[in-house]
Amino acid sequence: MLLSIEGLSRAFGSTQALDAASLSINRGEVVALMGANGAGKSTLVKILAGLIEADAGSIYFDGRPYHAKSPAEAAARGIVTVHQSTDVIGIPGMTVADALLLDQFADGRQPFFLSHRSLRRRAAAILSDVGFDLPLDRDFSELGTADRQLVAIARALSNQAKLLILDEPTASLSAREAERFYQMVRGLKARGIAVLYISHRTADLQALADRVVVLRGGRVVAQQARPIDLVKAIETMIGRPLSLVHPQRRTVPGRPVLHLSGVRIFNDTPAFDLTLREGEVVALTGVLGAGKSRLLSLLFGLGRFASGRAVLDGAAYAPSGPAEAIARGVVLAGEDRHRASFIPAGWPGESIASTISLPYLRRWHPHGILRERREQAAATDAIARLGIKATGPAASVWSLSGGNQQKVVLARWDAEPSRLLMLDEPFQGVDVGARQDIIAALRSRTDRATLLATSDPEEALEVADRVIVIDRHRLLEQTPPDRRTNSTLIGARHEELA
Amino acid sequence: MTDSTAPINTRRDPHALADALPLAAQLRDGLRRGVVFLLLAALVLIFSVLQPAFLTLANAMSILQAVAVVAIIGTGVTVTLAVGGFDLSVGAVAASSVMAASYAMIVLDLGAFATVALVLAFGIVVGLFNALLIVRLKVPDLLATLSTMFLLTGLQLIPTAGRSISAGLILPDGSKATGKVDPLFLAIGRSSLFETLPLPVLLMILVAIVLFVLTERTRFGRLLFATGGNETATRLAGAPVERLRGFAYVLSASLAALGGIIVAARIGRGDVSSGASLLMDSVAASLIGFAVRGLRRPNVGGTIVGAVFVGVLLNGLTMLNAPYYTQDFIKGAVLVSALALTYGINRKMR
Repeated sequence: MLLSIEGLSRAFGSTQALDAASLSINRGEVVALMGANGAGKSTLVKILAGLIEADAGSIYFDGRPYHAKSPAEAAARGIVTVHQSTDVIGIPGMTVADALLLDQFADGRQPFFLSHRSLRRRAAAILSDVGFDLPLDRDFSELGTADRQLVAIARALSNQAKLLILDEPTASLSAREAERFYQMVRGLKARGIAVLYISHRTADLQALADRVVVLRGGRVVAQQARPIDLVKAIETMIGRPLSLVHPQRRTVPGRPVLHLSGVRIFNDTPAFDLTLREGEVVALTGVLGAGKSRLLSLLFGLGRFASGRAVLDGAAYAPSGPAEAIARGVVLAGEDRHRASFIPAGWPGESIASTISLPYLRRWHPHGILRERREQAAATDAIARLGIKATGPAASVWSLSGGNQQKVVLARWDAEPSRLLMLDEPFQGVDVGARQDIIAALRSRTDRATLLATSDPEEALEVADRVIVIDRHRLLEQTPPDRRTNSTLIGARHEELA
Repeated sequence: MTDSTAPINTRRDPHALADALPLAAQLRDGLRRGVVFLLLAALVLIFSVLQPAFLTLANAMSILQAVAVVAIIGTGVTVTLAVGGFDLSVGAVAASSVMAASYAMIVLDLGAFATVALVLAFGIVVGLFNALLIVRLKVPDLLATLSTMFLLTGLQLIPTAGRSISAGLILPDGSKATGKVDPLFLAIGRSSLFETLPLPVLLMILVAIVLFVLTERTRFGRLLFATGGNETATRLAGAPVERLRGFAYVLSASLAALGGIIVAARIGRGDVSSGASLLMDSVAASLIGFAVRGLRRPNVGGTIVGAVFVGVLLNGLTMLNAPYYTQDFIKGAVLVSALALTYGINRKMR
């Protein structure tokens, strides 16, 4: 037994984030930690990573009591956490070799005077030891997410990590990158390294987990060894049967809302056509960099198509910016809600109500003076309608879990009528339960078209009436609705394209 | 809408908060919000006991008169902080406005109204110049306004070849200036309403009220703060973020010009060194303002309170015969304490 946790508890104010949770991990075991947002996953990880302390309970690691007070202390004992956000791993302007050795600079294992040659040699030694292939002399900022994760993992292994905690490592990887990632994790396992794996992606769990541990309300509610019954695990996790959550297929495509003809994203990319209809949910899927976000932002007025024609409700559509797009009823919930939708904590405008009202300030406060009642009403309505778990319209969006935050973003663009709602990676960091609520809300609207971009083909199938694959800035295939259930076909197609 | 059980946002819902937090945390939170007011009350009490002349209406007005210019300029700085920028050129704008006002009257022989209009226009032009650098040419705020500060500090010396401007000034070409300072202009800095309320104090109150309402109670203010908080999110919500940022710089330069007009009217001539401490003092007032009501962000009300706080402290210490050369040290100490209190107390609350 490598890690053994007994009766671990931790409260934040009146919220009991972890409630006597117990869990153990063996050497060379991959354990998947499942749980809806707010189930206590991140609290558990933070305690193990030395970021916060437990109120009660005991942890034994490698045969001795474990009580890390800082990430450095945790790493010294052999527990290393690779976080979802990978820009904290290296420094733009420094090389990959530097990033690999960063913690050695900090703890004095590297000599004071450095030579380029010795750095490169040590970095190469770290890589060959773990069997990764990375360009050592490239600037760190040029690496993609997948490679950055490898840097973080290589660094952890060079520090004799015994337990690796991976927090949603595949959230922004394409299908092919994810497959490479799975192989890497299997390699770790073969070396006797234990992995605690947190992911919302069912494909990950199927590919990797030896055992699934389900958290709900801060308690371990179920454990399953291989073979894993994912449906049952998810049902335990969200606390309701899954049959209720699959979207019903519909055959109600209404009037065309937006029609693109002969559109090119860049001058040298192929032209394509696209029609979006009222009441239909269309998912755009493809690898990172395929042009999903680019297409959405062009439709939102952040740039122009290289050529072609767009028609919105029968009139030519070429918005000069988000303001005009919004005025015409085309709205975008951008990728990464923290960056694209929220005002920072402690700043005016962080509340749920004012997050919803930001695009409508002129409409809702026509005389310039803020009438908070108008936006509070919108927020109260949204909280009830979408089931947002919050203390009220004045609560800060930063006090909410990822799924509830995404519901607030959706509530913003639901608050006034629109013709085309676009969402870029709307399910990032959203648990299964909240995702079902959001999908249901999206699919319930018949007065507008919905276009969403996701790099996860399964997610696309789960939400959409129609799935479109985009590759190198052209649309490839419009899947007819009757292939909705045939996920292997899309998956295979997707693989081949990647 | 207020029947929440455990509110997290402490700003909008203080009553519900009281139910949810233990007494100690409540006290600490109350202390954090009220600390500046408590200290202000303590100062007033101590000074009144030690020096009975302190607590008089005349002295109160003299304190307010002393801080009026700093407070006015500080509110402008606050607005640039709200949009996520920082205007370092305000001191130089105020100083060159003093020179411009004197030059307009003494050399160009203009009247009070034309002078005020000219100087305010000068402020707007400088603001537009800053906006051009920052919004169009994408120069970082601090660098752009620092350059403008240099430019103006030098520019104000050129028309008079480095001399201060007073009646009978000898111009660089050898001739003698013929104009004089309009008494109506001097009234801006020297007259009082009903013999008690000095005009600069009245101006300060007006500016404070207008800017407070603008930043805290209007959709425009919401957008200013939204721009400063997350420019990307605000742009994606359809707001004209470039115009909002530009506006902030025009506003702060105009307010700095107004401050310069008041200084010129008070001293009655164009003194080359008149704006020396205005930048530091107004920035300090804005930053002390972060601590007021525990907001931890730029706010107009806080800036005014911050300026008054420094004014009370300096006035009281001067009455107790503290030497003038300790003043900057005292301001620095207040600023450091205010920031330490704002960020240090109860940080884990969030």
